[in-house]
Amino acid sequence: MVKLNLLLMVIAVFCAMGVVTSQHKARKMFVDLQQEESLAKQMEVEWGQLQLEQSTWAMHARIEKIATSYLQMKMPDPAKTQVITLQAPPPGARP
Amino acid sequence: MNLAATALHIRLPLWRAWVVVVLLLLWFIALLVRGLYLQVMNNDFLRQKGDARYSRVIELSAHRGMITDRRGEPLAISTPVESVWASPQDVELTADKSHRLARLLDLSQKEIEHHLLGSQKEFVYLKRGLPPDQAARVMELGIPGIFLQRGYRRYYPAGDVMAHVLGFTNVDDNGQEGMELTYQNWLAGKTGSRRVIKDRIGHIIEDVESVKTPQEGRNLALSIDRSIQYLAFRELKSAVEAHKAKAGAIVVLNARTGEILAMANLPSYNPNNRVKLDRNSTRNRSITDSFEPGSTLKPFTISAALESGKYKPGSMIETAPGYFSIGPATIHDAHPEGLLSVAQVIQKSSNVGAARIALTLPPEYMWSTFNHIGFGQVPHSGFPGEASGRLRPYKTWRPIEQATMAYGHGISVSLLQLARAYTVFANDGELKPLSMLKLDEAPAGERVFSPKTAQEMLAMLEMVVQPGGTAPRARIIGYRVAGKTGTAHKEENGGYARNKYVASFVGLAPASDPRLIVAVMIDEPEGQYYGGLVAAPVFSNVMGGALRMLSVPPDAPTTNTLLPDEGPVVKEGA
Repeated sequence: MVKLNLLLMVIAVFCAMGVVTSQHKARKMFVDLQQEESLAKQMEVEWGQLQLEQSTWAMHARIEKIATSYLQMKMPDPAKTQVITLQAPPPGARP
Repeated sequence: MNLAATALHIRLPLWRAWVVVVLLLLWFIALLVRGLYLQVMNNDFLRQKGDARYSRVIELSAHRGMITDRRGEPLAISTPVESVWASPQDVELTADKSHRLARLLDLSQKEIEHHLLGSQKEFVYLKRGLPPDQAARVMELGIPGIFLQRGYRRYYPAGDVMAHVLGFTNVDDNGQEGMELTYQNWLAGKTGSRRVIKDRIGHIIEDVESVKTPQEGRNLALSIDRSIQYLAFRELKSAVEAHKAKAGAIVVLNARTGEILAMANLPSYNPNNRVKLDRNSTRNRSITDSFEPGSTLKPFTISAALESGKYKPGSMIETAPGYFSIGPATIHDAHPEGLLSVAQVIQKSSNVGAARIALTLPPEYMWSTFNHIGFGQVPHSGFPGEASGRLRPYKTWRPIEQATMAYGHGISVSLLQLARAYTVFANDGELKPLSMLKLDEAPAGERVFSPKTAQEMLAMLEMVVQPGGTAPRARIIGYRVAGKTGTAHKEENGGYARNKYVASFVGLAPASDPRLIVAVMIDEPEGQYYGGLVAAPVFSNVMGGALRMLSVPPDAPTTNTLLPDEGPVVKEGA
C-alpha cells in the first residue's frame, strides 16, 4: 500500500512539473507570437506608406511633366498612328 | 528533580483548563467564519481584485479602409500618425529639454510652457498627427509625463484632381464629404478590445479572452478610372483658365453600365491641406448644383416627338424668320434659318424649331418623358447632397413655358442627371442607373424610348459635329462622335442675365456602338460663350484620350489601318 502511494505521488509530482514547463513554454511562445503579430502590423503600415509613396511618384501630372519636358516625348498625331484591327476587316474596308 | 517535584504538588483549578479550551475553540470558529466570509461571500470581488494585478484590457485599433479606383490604384489611404499628449502635473521640464521639444514639435517654446507649466488639466494635446518617426524622437527625449497616442491620418495622393469625388475625413477619421461620408460605415474600422495577462515587465503572456473583436475597415473600389479622371481634370482646368470661367464641371460615364468613370469640378481644393476651405471650392458642382441646360435638352424633346409618331427625322418645320412669339415673349434663334427638317433642328440647334415641335405635344406627355428620363428626380448615384433639379408639374405649364422647356430653359438639371439621360441613346432607348462603385456587369435599364427612336436620335446627334452642325470642334479623328451643344443664359434674380452664359456639351462615342458619355459644363466663360466653341473642344480631348486609354477600336478608320492578314499597310480609299 505504501509503495503504491509513493508511486502515485511520484507520478503526481511529474505531472505537476509537466504542467509548469508546458505553461512556461506556452507563455514564451505566446510572447513570440505577439512580437510577430506586431511586426506584421508594422509591415502593413509600411506597405500602406509605400503604396502612398508609389502613387505620389506615379501621379499623372508628374509623369506627364517629365515625359514632355525632360524626355521631350509627345503624343503621336493621328496621321502617324497605325491602327491594327484584330477582327476580320469589315466588307468594303479595303480599296 | 526538585522542580518537578514541586510542580506535581501544585494543584491547579480546573476552570483554567476550560478557559484555554474555550478560547481555542472560539479562535477556530472565528477563523472558520472569516474563511467562509472570504471564500464564499466575497469570492467574486476578491477574484476580480486579484486579476486586476496582472490582467489588463487592451484596446485594439482598426484602421480605415482604402479607397481605390477601378484598377486598384489607391486614392485614399490611412497611415498611422502619433499624437503627443501630456499630463501637465507629471511633466518635469528642463530649459534645454523644453527647447528641444519645441523644435521637434515645431511649436514655440512659449506655447509649450503655456501648455505644460502651471496647468491644472490632466490631459492636453501638444500636437496631433505627427509622423511615427518624428514622434519616436520626441519620446527619446525621455520627458516624464509625455505620452503618445496612436491615430490615423488620411492621405489623398491624387490631391485636387479627385477631391470632390472622394471628399475628406475629419481629425477623428470620420467621413465628412463625398464617398468618405457615403460609405463611412463600410470604410470605418471598429476598434476592439481584449483581456490579456501581463508579466512584470509588461509583456503580454497570455490571451484570456477577446472582449470585442476589432473590425478592420473594408476597402472600397470606386468606378472611377484614375487616368481618365486626371485627363478630364486637366482638360477642364485648361478650358476654365483659357475662358476665364467662374467654374466648370465634367462627367465621364460608361455608356453601357452607367458607371461614373470620372467626375471633376473647378474650382477644386487640396484635400491633404485643408487650411483654407470654402463652400465654393468644396462643392461637387456636377452633382449638387442644378442649372438650366439649354439646348443639350433638345434631343429629349425631339425624341419624345419622334416617339409620339407625329414626326419623322425628315419631317419639315418652318423656323423662318428666326423668331417666334407666344404672347408677350419671343423665342429667338442664334442664326435664323428657314425650312428645316427635324434632324436639322437638332444639327443647327434651332430654338424656334424645337419650340414649335414641343407645342404640338400634350404637356402631360412631355412631362412624363422628362420625368422618366430622370429630370426632377434625385439620380441616386450614392453621393451625398444630390440635386434633383426642377421639373414643374405639367398642370402649371403655360404654353410659353412648354416652348422654352423644349430647348432647356425653365427646367433645371444637374450635370450628372444630364449625362445619365444620354445613356438612353447609347442603350437603344434604355436609361441606365448610375453607379459610383465598380460593377461587374451592366445593370438592367429602364426603357424610355423605342430602339428605333434612340437610333434615329443618335444619327441626328452625329450630324451636330459634322460640317453645318454647331460643334465641328467636338470631332475626334478616328471615331464617329454624336453629341449636342448647349448655350444657356444664366438665370439671375428671377430673370435671365444678359451676358452670363453656361456653355455645355454632352456627347457619345464611338457613335456606331457608344462606349462613353462625356458631359462638360463651363460656367460663365468670358469672351466666347457658345457650347460648340468652349465646351466641345474639352469633350473632344477627353473623349479621344479616354477611348485610346480603353483601347476602343476606331469606328471611322483613317488612312492608317493595318489589317492583320495582309501584313503590309493597307491604305484605305480616302
